[in-house]
Amino acid sequence: MTRDNGGNGHPESAVPGVTDPGAQVPERERRRDPLRRMIALARPRSSRFALGVLLGAAATGAGVALLGVAAWMLAVAADHPPITALSVAVVATRALGVSKGVSRYLERLVTHDAAFRTLAEVRVRVYRRLAATEPFGRFRTGDLVSRLVNDTEATLDLLVRGLTPPLVAVVTGGTTVLVLTVVYVPGGVLLASGLLLSGFAVPLAMAALGKGPGRRQAEARGALSTTLVDTLHGAPDLVAYGAMDRQVARVYEADEVLTRVEQRDSAVLGLGAGATALVTGLTVWGALLLGVLAVEDGTIGAVSLAVVVLTTLAAFEIVAPLPAVAGKLGAIRASGARLFGVLDTPAQTAPARKEDLAGDVCADRAAVTVSGLRVRYGPEDPWALDGVDLEVPEGATVAVIGPSGAGKSTLASVLLRFLEPDEGRVELGGADITAYPADEVRASVSGVPQDPHVFASTLRENLLLARPGAGDEELWEALARVSLAEEVRAVPRGLDTEVGTHGTGLSGGMVQRLALARAVLASPRVLVLDEPTAHLDADTRDTVVSDLLDAAEGYSTLLITHDLAGLDRVDRIYVVREGRVLQSGTHAELLAQEGWYRDVAG
Amino acid sequence: MKPLDPRLVRTASAVRVHLGVSVAAGALTTGLILIQAWLLARTVTGAWRGEGIDTLGWAVAGVAAVAVARAVLSYVAEASALYSAARTKSQLRRRLVAHVTGGRGRVWTAGPSDTDDGREGAPKAGELVTLATRGLDALDDYFARYLPQLALAAIVPVAVLTVVFWADWISGVVILVTLPLIPIFMALIGMHTQARTDKQWRLLSRLGGHFLDVVEGLPTLAVFRRARAQAAIIRRVGDQHRRATMGTLRVAFLSAFALELLSTLAVALVAVEVGLRLLGGHMDYQTALLVLVLAPEAYLPLREVGARFHASMEGVAAAEGIFTELDRERGPADGAHAPEPVGVPAPSAAGDLRLEGVGLTHPGRDRPALDGLDLTVHAGEHVLLTGPSGSGKTTLLSLLLRLNEPGAGRVSVRAPGGAWEPLSGVPAEDWRLGVAWVPQYPYLFDVSVADNIRLGAPEATMEQVREAARAAEADTFVSALPDGYRTRLGERGARLSAGQRQRIALARAMCRNAPLVLLDEPTAHLDPENAAAVRTAVGRLARGRTAIVVAHDPGWLTRSLGAPEEDSEAPPLRVVELQVPSVDGGVRR
Repeated sequence: MTRDNGGNGHPESAVPGVTDPGAQVPERERRRDPLRRMIALARPRSSRFALGVLLGAAATGAGVALLGVAAWMLAVAADHPPITALSVAVVATRALGVSKGVSRYLERLVTHDAAFRTLAEVRVRVYRRLAATEPFGRFRTGDLVSRLVNDTEATLDLLVRGLTPPLVAVVTGGTTVLVLTVVYVPGGVLLASGLLLSGFAVPLAMAALGKGPGRRQAEARGALSTTLVDTLHGAPDLVAYGAMDRQVARVYEADEVLTRVEQRDSAVLGLGAGATALVTGLTVWGALLLGVLAVEDGTIGAVSLAVVVLTTLAAFEIVAPLPAVAGKLGAIRASGARLFGVLDTPAQTAPARKEDLAGDVCADRAAVTVSGLRVRYGPEDPWALDGVDLEVPEGATVAVIGPSGAGKSTLASVLLRFLEPDEGRVELGGADITAYPADEVRASVSGVPQDPHVFASTLRENLLLARPGAGDEELWEALARVSLAEEVRAVPRGLDTEVGTHGTGLSGGMVQRLALARAVLASPRVLVLDEPTAHLDADTRDTVVSDLLDAAEGYSTLLITHDLAGLDRVDRIYVVREGRVLQSGTHAELLAQEGWYRDVAG
Repeated sequence: MKPLDPRLVRTASAVRVHLGVSVAAGALTTGLILIQAWLLARTVTGAWRGEGIDTLGWAVAGVAAVAVARAVLSYVAEASALYSAARTKSQLRRRLVAHVTGGRGRVWTAGPSDTDDGREGAPKAGELVTLATRGLDALDDYFARYLPQLALAAIVPVAVLTVVFWADWISGVVILVTLPLIPIFMALIGMHTQARTDKQWRLLSRLGGHFLDVVEGLPTLAVFRRARAQAAIIRRVGDQHRRATMGTLRVAFLSAFALELLSTLAVALVAVEVGLRLLGGHMDYQTALLVLVLAPEAYLPLREVGARFHASMEGVAAAEGIFTELDRERGPADGAHAPEPVGVPAPSAAGDLRLEGVGLTHPGRDRPALDGLDLTVHAGEHVLLTGPSGSGKTTLLSLLLRLNEPGAGRVSVRAPGGAWEPLSGVPAEDWRLGVAWVPQYPYLFDVSVADNIRLGAPEATMEQVREAARAAEADTFVSALPDGYRTRLGERGARLSAGQRQRIALARAMCRNAPLVLLDEPTAHLDPENAAAVRTAVGRLARGRTAIVVAHDPGWLTRSLGAPEEDSEAPPLRVVELQVPSVDGGVRR
């Protein structure tokens, strides 16, 4: 997290082709090959990459030319001409010997620099799209987020290892073939076919041949993985029931299946190496045979023969990196498909119809009224919320309790405008929030989302997020409000304490308090606290909830929870199950009634 | 990291076979390279002298033969490398699994419900799975590409050098001087780069991790309306990341530069020096060509090894991970003085149980999990263990399950009509045959419902399984599954709700039909309806058996286990409250 001072050197238009990052992706675009879409998304810095490709071609070409020129030099020297006949060749040989290393080094620097530049741009584009569509439903778990990020980074691989080597091969191969054709036409044609076979045909054929084995191995590996997961995670159960030996036998069985599949397929997968060697060897042989015949009938001289044979021998270095590229491109295409799967998700909320929520809300009324709210995640999915009526009066604290899966967090998502209601109304001070832009609503409704994110930065940066430009005074006040000031004052670096990735330097209770301090700094009218006790142990639960409720004093507050901590302090409790409100009332009223609440509260 | 871990060679017999094949293939390839070079030089020189195809035909045919032989050789080498890689991975995997599950069940000593073993640096189960599958797959490249190349790198330069010396000692000297420079320069640059990268590593990882951090925090940023503003920051950090990375790469690429420069320059030097001497008449054309063709071959394997070094390192790291795991001590040695298990339930499981001053501190923790506990449970008694979290309830069950051994005190058992004997003298397997256990989070396996229920009684008939399920209030929902009792449950029983999983675990305990039942928080995470069903089922399970139930949910504070109308003879429920042991280890009850 870096602090944003509002200084923005790159206006929106800096990214070409992005007019509205939240617009629906056209159908035609969605059906295109993910690899091509990724190249388009990367929008390579074409001049830099072209320079990189030229440098790469110069490097590879230097190696080939070195042997060609040296062969010419030897062939000429064999006839003992005056030394001046060789002077150009001598200089050229030495120059080529030096230039290969230099241009290779420069090539790598230039392509990496261009690729990192592109990656920085792709990240911004991916991020803009995510920020505009907010497809949070698509990646609930952290695992999926990190996969998405990795898929974005695959752009780097695509440019450096996926695109550059084939382009370099085409440029160098083309030039070499051209030069050889000038010397001896059949030699050029032969080399062209040899290079095409070993550089493109063999890798493509191997990719096609490898599909079956790849699938079979993935299947066997999946089965083994599942059995292993069962064995390791279920170990206590297996041991307690004396079933470990049987389970280990099952693992060995799955291992044997995988090993057999891999061993059977090794016969197929080894073909690539053999085919490449065969094409290389036979092309050299062909060049030799044709060359000797041509010298015999006087078509070319003995000098040309040496050049043709040794250049052909050296030329296969050009296509050597290509077999690795084929496999790489497959992995990158898969990354692209996953990435676009998320990026193509349309925005979850409808476009705004009105502009200024704050101006439209009845003066000084921060009451939330929910009526007949129905939400589901897809047209086939069951209703997550199925006709919910609920009210948070101005300044009151209202709790929503229910088992997991009851739809409580869906309610929070609707209030924060992450989700569009399918039916019903959600009003803030009499204005229907669904008519307003999400950011307008979030200026009035804020809070602590489920699993609040703590950025890998300092406490100060994490707080300033909610109110950029706030002075230390304000920050300390917010911390004091959530009973965190003392603890922060006690650490040597105070507000400048680094909290570590995901706030690992903080306890679960501190994270919740910090998140609430952030929400308070945003000075909303309504606070939504989504499961603030979810990851706390029973002993700290009560203190944290009580401190949070103290801090929320004065706001209209909606507390979403699955346990009873602090519920005796709230003004009203709604019991939600399977998307509906079962019961509502105060703690005392609900305890007096037959029903879920009393059963749970014991 | 060494290029070839000696432990790998020692552990996996397949590696030794593969090494043999690689060296043999390397030697043959070297021979073919030399033959091809000589044939090429001979043919080109012959044509220059004016020999026709009838005189040179044998040499040209020889080049074709070499081409075919090299192709066959590389096919065999690659295929056999992949073949041995598969066997090696299997051997390593089996050793890992045997090691991790071995020691007669002493796997997770921090408590039966923990998924990691609580020890410093010990990987979680998920990491072990990744290591054993995808991690090991990195060995494919190591075997098929790296090791054969390593063999070539050792054989080819020496052979080529010998031949070049024999043909023309001056060129031989040029190669002999430049060749060792390559590894020396690479090592020097490598050390320098390492130091620099280490210094930059923190900065690089922070900048590199920024994008992930921001994307993960996107919902939070959105709540505070800061999401859009971050785009500019992402770009700025991206630029910083690029500049910092390029700074490192400029140095890191130097080693490849040295390799490339030295090898090409040496070839150029040889070519010029040979050309000038040929011109001066100090050597013949055929020798000059032979030297020119062979010179690059001396450097090629080194370059290839360098290029494959990175891919191979992943394989080496995976193997290293496995060996680290294999070297890790997993729990204390099993009670060596216990007699061999006989395969029938220990009679003492049906008897009385006595704990005297029992204590246990998990490795790596400074606070004991249990301390000075005294408790006697008589046969047929029903005990409810309560107490705050951290009071050692679950640890106590793990002792009775023999997943842990007490660090202090004594656990004794007495078979009906027998005498007290230490629990550690009873073979753990036999003891567990007499115990049924329902953990807080029961693990359901990706097999059929029926097989999940008869986990502890594999010979149980379908009728017995069904009866156990009925008693555990599970029959109704199991019968409603698409394939009934034959339905596969998916990974970790994903098809079922928490309450249903708990009832399957109860059915499992029923099916075990053991005289002692241990239940750990069976209703802690259930809603009221499910909790009620589970309580009824627990009542049935406990009937006629010794039962120890850990719970701190007030719903359990009843007169007896089970519904009174179903079982009027249930023994009264005895409540035992544990307390959190203090660090200094005061006496608790």
